Amino acid sequence: MSMFQATELNERNKRKEKLFRLLFGGMTILLIVPVVVIVATLIARGGPALSWDFFFTAPSNGMTEGGVFPALVGTLWIVAVALIASVPLGVAAALYLSEYAPDNWLTRLINLAIINLAGVPSIVHALFGVGAFVLFFRFGTSILAASLTLAIMTLPVVIVSTRESLQAVPRAFREACWSMGATRWQAIWNVVLPNSISGILTGVILEVSRTVGETAPIMFTGAAFFLPFLPESVFDQTMALSLHLFVISTQVPGVPEHLPYGVALTLMGIVVVLNSASIAFRAYLRGKKKW
Amino acid sequence: MAELADYAIQSRDLNLWYGDFQALFDVNLAIRRGIITAMIGPSGCGKSTFLRSVNRITERLGYVRTTGSIDVLGQDITAEVVELTQVRKHVGMVFQRPNPLPLSIRKNILFAYDLHHAERPSAAQRDEIVEKALRQVLLWDQVKDDLDGKATTLSLEAQQKLCIARLLPVKPTVLLMDEPCSALDPEATAAVEELIWDLRGEYTILIVTHNMAQARRASDECIFMLMGKVLEHSETAEMFVNPAKKETADYIEGRYG
Repeated sequence: MSMFQATELNERNKRKEKLFRLLFGGMTILLIVPVVVIVATLIARGGPALSWDFFFTAPSNGMTEGGVFPALVGTLWIVAVALIASVPLGVAAALYLSEYAPDNWLTRLINLAIINLAGVPSIVHALFGVGAFVLFFRFGTSILAASLTLAIMTLPVVIVSTRESLQAVPRAFREACWSMGATRWQAIWNVVLPNSISGILTGVILEVSRTVGETAPIMFTGAAFFLPFLPESVFDQTMALSLHLFVISTQVPGVPEHLPYGVALTLMGIVVVLNSASIAFRAYLRGKKKW
Repeated sequence: MAELADYAIQSRDLNLWYGDFQALFDVNLAIRRGIITAMIGPSGCGKSTFLRSVNRITERLGYVRTTGSIDVLGQDITAEVVELTQVRKHVGMVFQRPNPLPLSIRKNILFAYDLHHAERPSAAQRDEIVEKALRQVLLWDQVKDDLDGKATTLSLEAQQKLCIARLLPVKPTVLLMDEPCSALDPEATAAVEELIWDLRGEYTILIVTHNMAQARRASDECIFMLMGKVLEHSETAEMFVNPAKKETADYIEGRYG
């Protein structure tokens, strides 16, 4: 018998190896199944509803006919204003935590609080938004109140993703700046930000685009049940796709089946477009990395 | 005994702690102006800690505590009223791994200059500053056609030379070098050593090294440290031929460290 022949033990280990590979592979495929089913169903049932008219006309006849134009526009408004509010706040906080804050118990406590804030249920954020923005600041139910509520909700993820981008810039660059007499801000402005801004922006867009589908935080703060006009300012109420989907699926009798599917497909389409844009942007910038 | 101003760096009873760990014990050193002084000793002996104390870069770690003082050209840099950015202007630092900024070669040279000058000089003057600094480190001929190219794509040797060059436009007094050749191959090491030798006289250079041969051939005076204390400080030739302490002799001959 050759010394390189498989022994009983080798054979047994090989059988185990095969078993575990199959097990883990099977789990992975199971994971993909729901995604495929959802996307396929949406396309099959909602696809026929999509048309130029669907995107560019308002719902009509008690929301049983027509399109999604005001809701589509409203969703874009809400997400855009939320972005404008959360980016400066989140980036500033992340800059402080990553570049200025000393590593002590207070900083660690703040970091912990931020992570926990990400776990607060969206309905709680909604009620906070009503109390803070609608009532206390007197914004009323408006795009502004809804967007600010969404912004608060996404702040934790914006901070975390920004901090990761900042910390991806090698420490040696900061040390080089400081050793020449640069202040923290001079190091940030000249070296850290130029080398992380792309990562920060793509990360932020990616995170905020996820809020496109949020319903609870906006339904008490700014999204309207039915409002066939377009909003003119951030102090107007507006329709939104997510709430519209909820309404026509559960609150209105006699809606033909293809309508909610069409709305769902549109909603998913927006998320996919935003995500792929930001992933493509990131891949493009990663290609031009400077070190 | 030399005059006071003959010393570029003078430390008095310098003690330094990282948290509870004491890294320097009553370090009293007088480093003469315009020469190259090498600091040698086994890892953890405090030589890098001392070097970093001279431009106070140690302080960015919140848990560092010091007592005693360090004078640069007769002026206390540890005093309350001292402006850190001025200390760092007069005391430049070269790191172990070349760390040019991820900017163009030109911007790397002008970085420190711009930090320390409120007014922007004319484009012609800026070009002059860049050329002068790059000529001083013998890099001009190699990079003159690619000044807007990325500094981080240069060879390690060129990067390290650039890191020296970027300190020169602000006219520092002291250049601190923390094992500046340890990331370089032997040829690059020779080239950078030669450059450091050329800068001698105009600048006071304090260099930490693990390389005995380098300390021996490329320094005027040598300081041997062990366990946070200065054991011996003498002319390099003297130390390597005739060390005063047994520990020094043992270290130089490679019996430990």
